[in-house]
Amino acid sequence: MFQIDCPWCGPRDQQEFSYAGEGGIQRPQDPSATTDAEWADYLFMRRNPRGMHHEQWRHVHGCGQFFQVTRHTVTYRIESIRRMGESAAAGGESS
Amino acid sequence: MNNRYSIFSLARNALSHHEKWGRAWRSAEPQPEYDVVIIGAGGHGLATAYYLAREHGITNVAVVEKGWLGGGNTARNTTIVRSNYLYDESAHLFEKSLKLWEGLSQELNYNVMFSQRGVYNLGHTLQEMRDIHRRVNANRLNGIDGEVVNAEQIKRAVPYLNTSPNARYPILGSSFQPRAGTARHDGVAWGFARAADARGVDIIENCEVTNILRDGGRVTGVETTRGTIKAKKVGIVVAGHSGVLADMAGFRLPIESHPLQALVSEPVKPILDTVIMSNAVHGYISQSDKGELVIGAGIDSYTGYGQRGSFNIIEDTLAAIKELFPVFSRMRMLRHWGGIVDITPDATPIIGKTPVENLFINCGWGTGGFKATPGSGWVFAHTLATGEPHPINAAFSLDRYTTGYLVDEHGAAGVAH
Repeated sequence: MFQIDCPWCGPRDQQEFSYAGEGGIQRPQDPSATTDAEWADYLFMRRNPRGMHHEQWRHVHGCGQFFQVTRHTVTYRIESIRRMGESAAAGGESS
Repeated sequence: MNNRYSIFSLARNALSHHEKWGRAWRSAEPQPEYDVVIIGAGGHGLATAYYLAREHGITNVAVVEKGWLGGGNTARNTTIVRSNYLYDESAHLFEKSLKLWEGLSQELNYNVMFSQRGVYNLGHTLQEMRDIHRRVNANRLNGIDGEVVNAEQIKRAVPYLNTSPNARYPILGSSFQPRAGTARHDGVAWGFARAADARGVDIIENCEVTNILRDGGRVTGVETTRGTIKAKKVGIVVAGHSGVLADMAGFRLPIESHPLQALVSEPVKPILDTVIMSNAVHGYISQSDKGELVIGAGIDSYTGYGQRGSFNIIEDTLAAIKELFPVFSRMRMLRHWGGIVDITPDATPIIGKTPVENLFINCGWGTGGFKATPGSGWVFAHTLATGEPHPINAAFSLDRYTTGYLVDEHGAAGVAH
């Protein structure tokens, strides 16, 4: 169990949040022009690193906001937390 | 096998006070080259090596393991074995495995303590009961045993289960698979290791793969902490770390690794002679031969390689168990642990080719891989030996995520493993 410092509400137990998957995945701009392989890569393939992971969380039992987290997947230590739309450079280092 | 276990070897060793039992398998040194290198000496990897030797006569095989044998998810599950999966593809795969389980102790000359004590999958809502009926019917069409039982029948079979209609989540009925049960998790790894070793397979522990060597899109071997090992074919069977190995070989997987926790209570006298699983309250429980209650949880929602999860998951799981068995409310928990499970989007494994020639992968078993240990090894050995999947695992290819032919087993995989 760890705490997450919600950028809107402040530090709360991780239990108040739901994990919302890998961050920074972009939907292909022109879906009809992508190949099946590119679409599968966008839809299903994940980095799943052992180390720093750029991910999204949502404060479901709080403000309801989505935000970005950079977290280490072995130590579970959180490196940085940013609001949606804030660049990695503004809030810390990205993976 | 020159070191065959039997009543006679037991009596013979009793004469020397059981101090002269030989090693069950050799501690092999890595050779420069093998026909097949299997990465990961868990149950699935060792079963693969065994069936390569047994079914295909390929014995120039190494199983390399970064830690110790069977120290990953093989040692971290709740040992439940069943085959009541909904879709034909998964039903055939898990039933193949269950059939192998049924003869495994004799086959390996090693007691894997496979106990067909049956598994109940409880239904707490009308919709769950409809799903249970559908699943049991599908199972029976595939020749898999199963029946739908009502709350009264469950009450007779498991008197301590709270079947009161006044329960917060009343039990309306259940599916029951009589041939399902549990096995001794470590014994499975040790039995396969011993039997594979006896057929000439090298099992190399403390040998971490650091790179997968390739030449023009074809695998040529592995770089390890104990030197380079060349190989004609390589199989990756590393569960939670599959993505790390895939990254070394330059391709991506539709897998996220999550912590999955389980715990056991203090040992008590026999009280539960079957396996109870509930998707709705989200917990599953059986009793080991030592007397401990073995309790399994759901995964932690976040990705993690830490082999530990969050306390609230344990709390929720024990609340679920207490809902089912109020009589266990004062049991003390003895140990708890986490494993790293490799979750695919369709809750179904990937067993087959990779984009790299002669490199094969067996992963994505997620929360339910233990039950598949022999079957997984059997089909993966076929895939490694022939270069093509067996009809049983043909549907479990990596390219199903491109073709869209997913095998969505969230219903049958559910909690419960």
